[in-house]
Amino acid sequence: MIRGESLSKTFGDIQAVKPLDIHIREHGITAIMGGSGSGKTTLLRLLSGLEKPSSGHVWFASEDLGRIPERRLFKLREQMGMVFQYSALLNSLDVYGNVAFPLHEHTNLDEEIIRRIVMMKLEQVGLRGFEHLMPSELSGGMAKRVAFARAMAMDPRVVFFDEPTSGLDPISAGVITSLIHDTVRKAHMTAVVVTHDVHAGLSIADHVILMWQGAIIASGSPDDIRASEDERVRQFIEGRPDGPIPFSRSTRPYLDDLLGTQP
Amino acid sequence: MNPTGFLTPFFAFFGRLGRRFLMFLQAMGDATVLSANALSHLLRRPWQGRHFVMQLHALGVDSLVIIIITGAFTGMVLALQGYYTLAKFGSESLLGAGVALSIIRELGPVLGAFMVIGRAGSSITAEIGIMRVTEQLDALQMMAVNPKARIILPRIVAATIALPLLVAIFDVIGIAAGYLVGVELLGVNPGAYVAEMMAKITAHDLNGGWVKAIVFGFMIGVICTFMGYRSEPTTEGVARATTQAVVIASVGVLMVDYILTSFFL
Repeated sequence: MIRGESLSKTFGDIQAVKPLDIHIREHGITAIMGGSGSGKTTLLRLLSGLEKPSSGHVWFASEDLGRIPERRLFKLREQMGMVFQYSALLNSLDVYGNVAFPLHEHTNLDEEIIRRIVMMKLEQVGLRGFEHLMPSELSGGMAKRVAFARAMAMDPRVVFFDEPTSGLDPISAGVITSLIHDTVRKAHMTAVVVTHDVHAGLSIADHVILMWQGAIIASGSPDDIRASEDERVRQFIEGRPDGPIPFSRSTRPYLDDLLGTQP
Repeated sequence: MNPTGFLTPFFAFFGRLGRRFLMFLQAMGDATVLSANALSHLLRRPWQGRHFVMQLHALGVDSLVIIIITGAFTGMVLALQGYYTLAKFGSESLLGAGVALSIIRELGPVLGAFMVIGRAGSSITAEIGIMRVTEQLDALQMMAVNPKARIILPRIVAATIALPLLVAIFDVIGIAAGYLVGVELLGVNPGAYVAEMMAKITAHDLNGGWVKAIVFGFMIGVICTFMGYRSEPTTEGVARATTQAVVIASVGVLMVDYILTSFFL
């Protein structure tokens, strides 16, 4: 479905994603997990074509997203949906307007049919009756669910989720997690979920990729990851503060900073 | 001892200056590429007609009050200052021509541009910057909507169309306000005010004002959209971009005004 070959991304001196190969399987959920700053969101943006790779290729529907013309990329994006970390709802539109936006843009459907589709999507996420609220009037969980409904409006082939449960209370997080699971399963979609929520990632994914410092350190089924004896994997899934993944980044000696001496 | 050691601060200074200049050139190039890319969507589907109209309303209609107030007070001050200067030479009858020429050739386009930069240009930069911070620009891309066509293009075109219209209103209000002060308050002959004005203003003067307003409008659109589009995705980044947009657009208007004036003299 989506394939990355020798994919890397560099911002200035920082290599956010080191050269890696990745394969997103069709009709399933792939969870990309890792700590903060491990490069998982950058990898998601590369896979969705939002970032151009510094090297390598991203193949979607046999086309290289980093090298096709802009118009073709926008055409391919009609088959994609994305739920952003902070929902990214359009501030000038209400809930109805946000969910209907892709339908207004890319279809010639009658307004009555669009209204029915929007109501169906809002019913799916439990927000029917809230269609006239503005984004500023929504809680974090509600905004995420509107973003979810918007991403699903065009029934895309693949949906990308960037930290879908971050900043949410456990109930809202559970609602979003089960929505992703149920929708993808029923609609035979492909989903890529970036998360540092170990429980959510391992419970809904068919395939898990674990990242650290811009590289993939483990991949496999949730059971493979749970059974992994790699110390870095164990530290991450058990949430241990001590282990091979350090709390501090390597830098010059602490004493040099305290004494103001040049190393 | 390094014999050129005492020159090090000078090298550092010129190094910094050179880096700044290269960054400026790069920003100019980026702004040109962005606006050219946006303008290439002008004749392509989907049409952005509804968005042009919305931006024309935000830039034009919403700036009307400030333009009327500024135009009125500019005309009134010009009439006061002009009267006391002309009275020293016994040429009060030239007041109408002096007020009208100053406004049409210079003050209308420049002050009108400053008002649009302050009221609408800054809000364009802030709006686009906030869209960047909140990932709304990325969301548009993922919904297969090109932000350059949807967000940048309508604002550049609306600014280019709105400013000449606002400047025309500024000119009319300014000349009328000058008439009120000159004729009604200071006692200048009304016939002389109007006749001298009509005799001295040529199509060349009017065209100069129009061209300036169109160029300034385009500049404001390009600078303010570019600064918002490339702003750092942080609250400080948006605030900095907004300030920079106002400063660069204002200074740019004055610099280009000098160049255009030298052509239209």
